[in-house]
Amino acid sequence: MKLPSFWGGIHPPQKKDATVNKKIEKYLPKGDLVFPMAQSLGAPCQPVVKKGDRVLVGQKLGDSEAFVSAPVLSSVSGTVKDIALRLTSAGIYENCVIVENDGLYEKDPSWAPLDNYPEADPKEYLKRIREAGIVGFGGATFPTVVKLSPPPDKVIKWLIVNGVECEPYINCDNRLMLEEPEKILEGLRLMLRLFPEAEGVIGIENNKPEAIKTMESEVSKQGDNKISVVPLAVKYPQGAEKMLIEAVTKQEYVMTALPADVGCIILNVRTVHQIREAIAAGEPAISRIITVTGEAVAEPKNIHVLLGTSMRELIDFCGGFREQPVKVISGGPMMGVSLRSIDIPVVKSTSGILALTASNSHLAPESACIRCGRCFEGCPMGLMPSVLNPLVLMRDYKAFEETGGMNCIECGACSYSCPANRHLTQSFRDGKSTIMAMRRKAAVK
Amino acid sequence: MTGMIYPAIIMGGLGLIFGALLAFASKKFHVETDPRQANIRAILPGANCGGCGYPGCDGFAEALANGTGKITGCAAGGSALADSIAAILGVQAEKDEPKIAFLKCKGSNDKTVKNCVYYGEYDCRAAAVVPGKGPTSCAFGCMGLGTCVSVCAFHAMTIKNGLAVVDAEKCVGCGACVENCPRDVLVLVPRKSKVNVSCNSPLKGPDVKRVCSVGCIGCTLCAKSCPVQAIEMKGALAVIDPAKCINCGICVTKCPTKSITDRRTNEEKAVSAVKETISV
Ligand code: SF4
Ligand code: SF4
Ligand code: SF4
Ligand code: SF4
Repeated sequence: MKLPSFWGGIHPPQKKDATVNKKIEKYLPKGDLVFPMAQSLGAPCQPVVKKGDRVLVGQKLGDSEAFVSAPVLSSVSGTVKDIALRLTSAGIYENCVIVENDGLYEKDPSWAPLDNYPEADPKEYLKRIREAGIVGFGGATFPTVVKLSPPPDKVIKWLIVNGVECEPYINCDNRLMLEEPEKILEGLRLMLRLFPEAEGVIGIENNKPEAIKTMESEVSKQGDNKISVVPLAVKYPQGAEKMLIEAVTKQEYVMTALPADVGCIILNVRTVHQIREAIAAGEPAISRIITVTGEAVAEPKNIHVLLGTSMRELIDFCGGFREQPVKVISGGPMMGVSLRSIDIPVVKSTSGILALTASNSHLAPESACIRCGRCFEGCPMGLMPSVLNPLVLMRDYKAFEETGGMNCIECGACSYSCPANRHLTQSFRDGKSTIMAMRRKAAVK
Repeated sequence: MTGMIYPAIIMGGLGLIFGALLAFASKKFHVETDPRQANIRAILPGANCGGCGYPGCDGFAEALANGTGKITGCAAGGSALADSIAAILGVQAEKDEPKIAFLKCKGSNDKTVKNCVYYGEYDCRAAAVVPGKGPTSCAFGCMGLGTCVSVCAFHAMTIKNGLAVVDAEKCVGCGACVENCPRDVLVLVPRKSKVNVSCNSPLKGPDVKRVCSVGCIGCTLCAKSCPVQAIEMKGALAVIDPAKCINCGICVTKCPTKSITDRRTNEEKAVSAVKETISV
């Protein structure tokens, strides 16, 4: 049977073997914890604690008035050592709260399970989700409460749980589905109470047969006919919102529409899991699961780690480097960002730490486009990368917009397919951000 | 021979008919253009630099003729051009001060720490979208990849030792480089302003020191020493207000990191030194 998928896309090597059978291990930090104030999409937080304050697990360190924003909570108990600029995975120095861990893990008493949560008013869930600082753990870090509050005129028909994990190397979502399927399902059921007309769909690529089996048996065990598991063909970037909607609902996705416009809300597995933890167990978003892997890491692992932990500690926990890495990436190889240093805290968006050796990370020099059209075939958005690229280089922003350049989702499929090694995705990011900057400037004037 | 006559008559006849039609159409559909537009266009420099904000010199001429353009809008032509345009339009030119581009950064390759080896597109705007916002570890300084060089229609920009250098003779103050620099590290300053802070980093002293040896550390010595209070501290960055600054150069001597650039000529320095002794 042909499994559902989307148009376009590529098939990069999966390279998931190193950690696919590794149980999630818990790691407790040794050193200080660093909490960047900008961890979610939208407005950055302002610190609400002072140097010298004692903080508890789950206590707010930073918050913002803005709707599109999520508070930053402490993952340990201890003293606020400093509020200063620290290097983050964005590659720049950002405002961070630094907490000295006292090792007691004393929890803020306000974090308890929601009273009678299966029957509680769903509005209470939303409040919880906001207070718990939950964001999309898939990597985009969009505040979940915003996603769950679509405009009232939109009818949500599908609540899609994203278990695709199409990034090579990374296994954290896969492991979570294998180890705690009941919590993911419970989270999904709680969210379905918010949208009575929606059905729950769990989309998983069929390179994770174990996960599909586990989730399916869990669904049938609980006998819920509103929830189904949909196995999908393996293709990158299936985990991207638009592609997943196309694959699951089999409706062609209009390029500029938002998921809610086509009746969908998409949540990552870990996000749903975290929602359940916040509501049913009183556990705010202070930890995440990450895959530490790559050919340069001695002992790749899946780790349940407290946010704010230094990446260096995690690499040491995995036995350090077996070989000098030439490139360390936060996230996966396709959409991840390369790091300048490993003395960087784990944040909500860190899905993995990937250390590559010289033999599997190389960049050949760029040459002229040979008009092979592979980038056209790879682009899931149906764009024409080899046409858009020179438009950016010639700075013809108008033509770039007219040719649909603003719809690029920066998935990297075109750059991956290009035999001439053209810096396609980079040029589109450049074009998009320059146009956005021009629009901002025009708005100010 | 007769075979030639008919085609000649037919072609000739057709030519006459179409000619008449065209003549009729050009009368009938005549669009009134402002004759001043052509006159103005003739005296514009024709560099099509876009600094005026219109699509090239033609667009600017049209805007001037219909009254929406600013007479001093063409920086390339300077005040002489503004006078001529004003004469054509029959109005008085309010004068804009002549300006020059200035780079608020001294962090050349040997003075700053690089954060990565950059392989991507050789353009500052493209480099600004990679993690870390570009190859320099200071996220506010000049990257030296030369976007300003490529957009300058007057060849006033060059890159030396990782920094953009403005050629004061060639720069007409059109602002194209300022508009296109992703780091916003170029500014237009009045030509007569000769003392400027060459740093764009609002970070505190230790954070600047970590990446650059010539950045403003926010010590406020310059602001305290300025006799006319022309220097304001914006966070930990000193900013000189050219409207107040008298180009005395006192702050230049006080700055411990040598972050303030003095572009006065020796004569100008001598003049302000004399003034200083008199006022003492
Ligand atoms: S990066 Fe943009 S243009 Fe390239 S394949 Fe992805 S969506 Fe298409
Ligand atoms: S894949 Fe590369 S070489 Fe082929 S058409 Fe696209 S840009 Fe050109
Ligand atoms: S001034 Fe701006 S545009 Fe020019 S080289 Fe420096 S960073 Fe690039
Ligand atoms: S004296 Fe120099 S370092 Fe100190 S504030 Fe002024 S410009 Fe900055």
